Amino acid sequence: MEAYIGIDLGSTTTKAVVLDENMDVLGRGITNSRANYDTACKVAKYEALLAARFTLLQRGLASVVAAEARLGDFLGSLERSFRLGQFVEQLDDLEVTCLEKAKGGRFKGREEAIAEAIGAIFVTLRADAPALFARDARRKSDFFRDLAGSRFMAVGQETAKAAGLSYDLLLNIYDKAIIEVENRPPSGEIRDKLLRALDRLMELSPDLTDLVAEVATPVRRALDIPTEEMSVVGTGYGRVTLPFSKEHIRSEILCHGLGAHMMYPETRTVLDIGGQDTKAIQVDDKGIVENFQMNDRCAAGCGRYLGYIADEMNMGVHELGPLAMQATRSVRINSTCTVFAGAELRDRLALGEKREDIIAGLHRAIILRAMSIISRSGGVRDQFTFTGGVAKNEAAVKELRQLITENYGDVAININPDSIYTGALGAAAFARRAAGH
Amino acid sequence: MTVTAAAEVVKDSSMLKQKEMISGNYRKLETAAADGRKVAATFVPGNLNELIMCFDMLNNLPEINAIQNGLRKKTGGYIMEAEKRGHSEDVCTYVKADLGMIAKGNIGPDGQKLPNPDLLLLSYTGCFTFMKWFELLRDHYRCETAMLHVPYQGDGKITANMIAYVVRQLKEEVIPKLERISGVKFDIDRLRENLARSARAEEDFVWVLESAKKKPSPIDAYFGGVYYIGPIFTAFRGTQDATEYYRLLRAEIAERIALGQGPVTPTGDMPNERYRLVVEGPPNWTSFRDFWKMFYEEGAVVVASTYTKVGGLYDQGFRHDPAKPLESLAEYCLGCYTNRNLPARIDLIEKYMEEYEADGILINSIKSCNSFSAGQLLVLREIERRTGKPGAFIESDLVDPRYFSPANIKNRLESYFQMVDQRRAGGGSAPARAA
Amino acid sequence: MSTPTAEIIARCQALFDDLNFSYAREWKAAVPGRIVVGYMPFYVPRELIHAAGGLALGVLGGGEQLEVIQGDAYYQSYICRIPRSTIELGVTNRLDFVDAMLFPSICDVIRNLSGMWKIMFPKVRSRYFDVPQNYRDDVGGTFYINELNELREMLAEASGREVTDAAIRASIGLYNENRALVREVYAFRARQPWKAPSSEVYLLMRAGMILAVEEHSRLLREYLAAAAAEDRPRRDNSRVVVTGAFCEQPPLNLIKSIELSGCYIVDDDFMLVNRWEQSDIAEDGDPVANLARAYLHNSANTSAKYEPDVAQKGLYLVEAVKRSRAEGVIFASPSFCDPALLERPMLQRVLAAHDIPFIAFKYAENSGQMQPIREQAGTFADSIKLWSNQ
Repeated sequence: MEAYIGIDLGSTTTKAVVLDENMDVLGRGITNSRANYDTACKVAKYEALLAARFTLLQRGLASVVAAEARLGDFLGSLERSFRLGQFVEQLDDLEVTCLEKAKGGRFKGREEAIAEAIGAIFVTLRADAPALFARDARRKSDFFRDLAGSRFMAVGQETAKAAGLSYDLLLNIYDKAIIEVENRPPSGEIRDKLLRALDRLMELSPDLTDLVAEVATPVRRALDIPTEEMSVVGTGYGRVTLPFSKEHIRSEILCHGLGAHMMYPETRTVLDIGGQDTKAIQVDDKGIVENFQMNDRCAAGCGRYLGYIADEMNMGVHELGPLAMQATRSVRINSTCTVFAGAELRDRLALGEKREDIIAGLHRAIILRAMSIISRSGGVRDQFTFTGGVAKNEAAVKELRQLITENYGDVAININPDSIYTGALGAAAFARRAAGH
Repeated sequence: MTVTAAAEVVKDSSMLKQKEMISGNYRKLETAAADGRKVAATFVPGNLNELIMCFDMLNNLPEINAIQNGLRKKTGGYIMEAEKRGHSEDVCTYVKADLGMIAKGNIGPDGQKLPNPDLLLLSYTGCFTFMKWFELLRDHYRCETAMLHVPYQGDGKITANMIAYVVRQLKEEVIPKLERISGVKFDIDRLRENLARSARAEEDFVWVLESAKKKPSPIDAYFGGVYYIGPIFTAFRGTQDATEYYRLLRAEIAERIALGQGPVTPTGDMPNERYRLVVEGPPNWTSFRDFWKMFYEEGAVVVASTYTKVGGLYDQGFRHDPAKPLESLAEYCLGCYTNRNLPARIDLIEKYMEEYEADGILINSIKSCNSFSAGQLLVLREIERRTGKPGAFIESDLVDPRYFSPANIKNRLESYFQMVDQRRAGGGSAPARAA
Repeated sequence: MSTPTAEIIARCQALFDDLNFSYAREWKAAVPGRIVVGYMPFYVPRELIHAAGGLALGVLGGGEQLEVIQGDAYYQSYICRIPRSTIELGVTNRLDFVDAMLFPSICDVIRNLSGMWKIMFPKVRSRYFDVPQNYRDDVGGTFYINELNELREMLAEASGREVTDAAIRASIGLYNENRALVREVYAFRARQPWKAPSSEVYLLMRAGMILAVEEHSRLLREYLAAAAAEDRPRRDNSRVVVTGAFCEQPPLNLIKSIELSGCYIVDDDFMLVNRWEQSDIAEDGDPVANLARAYLHNSANTSAKYEPDVAQKGLYLVEAVKRSRAEGVIFASPSFCDPALLERPMLQRVLAAHDIPFIAFKYAENSGQMQPIREQAGTFADSIKLWSNQ
């Protein structure tokens, strides 16, 4: 398997895409960027290679397992089994690290009690683990920090009480340990881990035993295909810190332009609203960037603006869009200044305006800023592609559609469910080019 | 792409000469009172250096002090001082750097105490802020002020009415005040001699600017350019020193051309010219070296810039003319870059793009300077439309270190250069495929 | 039941709210050959426009109601709002009936906008209108007379008719009358501010940006009569002068907020063009020379004008305070306004020297949050009272 990898180091998440020699997407991976871009990069890449392996499995099994639903069920179960294995591995690592952190210094004299409590917590965590990865289990997040953290806090409180220890003390140990653990990139071969996952699958889902036996050979065959990392190209805000040479780094503008082109070849204008910047890119019929504009020094109107508003309203950022969709009218919000918007918001609330109407106005304000950046870059001439975190916000999308249509007429507006991978996809395409194909 | 590391920073003899001229002027300013020399404070665009020299007065330029302090990273503190004293965070940082420096004892960039001016010679050319700046200085010094109001070229041309108005102000307002303060009688022949020397220097200066039409360009007309404009824009135009400086400079550049060398950079000669740019807008001074580095490390050469025209558009044919001394000064003041209307500025940039065979235009938009900045996004749009060449837009400030974000600017410049590369390569990108 | 003042103000409010300038459109359409000439703050010689058979239309940005969609694409975040909203008015065809635009020399942003207008609206005659910063008749005066004559020629071309001396003299007469009425409204408000709330006076003056001068004068007269006749409750407010708002206008809510928080505005510099000349311009003799002389020797002070005499610097504000018997000054300036913000420290020094209290804040024409303004103005009003009772 020839793998051409693109990695997009964003300010909040890091994404990776693996392409094969035919420019087909084999896999995608995502992780939180943390403070450590190096690890984020490794994790995202690992995740993308894992997904790529699943693509190979799917391809290899398609002829063996005729029923699509059955195959899907099998692969889903295999992935959950793999995730469980990985989760338990990281739990083990976390426990060892916690124990190390709880030695000496201010812990003197209490070390044993602490070790015992930690041990007890992790017994519970490990016991709870399979349920987390059960067929219909709902997880709020797939990041280890979130999964382990919430369970640790839930279990820790009781355990601390029972052991006569301060909960804060345990939490403190955990906080120190988790940073180390999440910054340790995954180790071990994906192939071996998947084989172990396959074994575990028979324990976890006895109903699949027959199927597992049936596919054992083609699975092994698919897993035995070696991965050849042909080339890696990095992009994104953190690209200067990437452990690559300059030739393997491309600006996120170029990668976004090319990525959007690959998703929608008729795209001529790309708008990306990310956490820290907004960019409008014009591309030609080959995905080559012809022009671009980014938000000016003032970061007003970027994704962070919504985050700030959510904080002000004591809401989750993902709740804003749905709330705004309930609006019957849109309150004019004049401040796109992130700081002033908070004051204006409170002023409007005090005047008795409805929350949803104000939030709708805020969405319009952010899109108005984007409109001016689009206009600076040369406007919209043909198909238009919207990417970035804000593209997932339905209220923002609604405003954008309306304003694009009002100002530029009836153009196609593309929003890809995988738009978060646009930059990484473009980078992967550059990787393939860099490899001389 | 990398620049040949020089064991030490290369200093050409022209650079050494200029350095000596600048520090010489600061030394003279320091001892002005003791030497019985009168001092005029004035601005760069539309300055009347040849005229001031006729009265044996010294020339202190607040803008240059702010720039020199910016290069020495002293302005951040001065600006905060001025803001503490009630000056708005929204206004020009040259003004605040100057007022802050005065508030903190008026020690000049070279460490010498600057003299109180005997005359504030307000050449109101191409920038509204100048007028307020001198009113603020007058509020502090309580000294004589001469206002020279230079009308704006609203329709992109200099009219007879404008020239007559400026000449009349020179005769009725400026010269009588200079005579009274200096005690020296105005001698128009002396002015003619000074103007003749200016014209000679201007001839060599233009030759240097136009050398950038060669490939590779032997000069950088922005980062290097700000050094080349030094003498002719400031206290030296019309002096023998300036004439000699430009003769030296011209010879040095001629040699670079003969050797096929690129521009001088702080780390040596730039070996590989990859991008030729036209730059609009003043540079940032507090991070000048870092800013420059972002260009020469990528092989980007600025072949023409508008900032090097704020003190006169000599390359468009203007010369100080001893045959019509006062009219010539008036034309000079009226013709400075920021005194031209926006359509004329756009035409000039378009001309530069073509004549200097540039790959693109870069606009460094300066928060302080509305005279330059207001309308630059239209300039960008028009130049892109007319030339089909890509433009880049970055933002910074003159001397406020808070407004220079290196990561941000580097990100944009890199993206821009990569875009130029990609567009040059044409085709060659990945085939479209639904993903 | 609505009062006579309320009816007048309702008319002014409707003119103010109408960003399509229907009045001016209808005025132009009513008689063939009429022209409309737009102008930006702070001053243009409206007499010449009138004498050319034109309507002088004050373009003061888009206010708080206009949503700026395209105008922002032309300006960086550190530039004030009036040019953005003015461009928005232009690109949305709201000014498509305007034959010529004048951009006075107020600052570099408006100056550069004159050139942008030439590029963006090539069919409109756009002129940067320079005024002298030298006030000698034989220097600045000569220059200005020539500038006025150039403008006169341009207007004659636009309207297709000669602008005669007699027509200019007649226009001067009408504007003299108008300015006298404006001064009277201001004086009336300074005497009895409870009878002429600032939001009303503001709207009344704004009407002068669009109405034909004869009609505006009629409206001013009616308002003076109606306001004098109407009883309104008198509040224990402090009396303040508002300064720094001569270009980009504050939202009407801001003016109301200042008054609601306990301050009577007894003088302001909102629309200086309405009272630029401080007494009548001579109506006999060379009318252009008369306009020039009035500009040089008899016009209002503002930061866009050079003050040649250091001793006089800022005294105009002290005089405004004395004339209107104000107790303090509110510096209300648009964000990023060079003229107002560079001038402010000098004015504040002069006020401090005369023991006149002041506060300062910034706004944009579309500022949404009034709470901080109310708090500041309210505290200021209270402190003035405490201070004067000591």
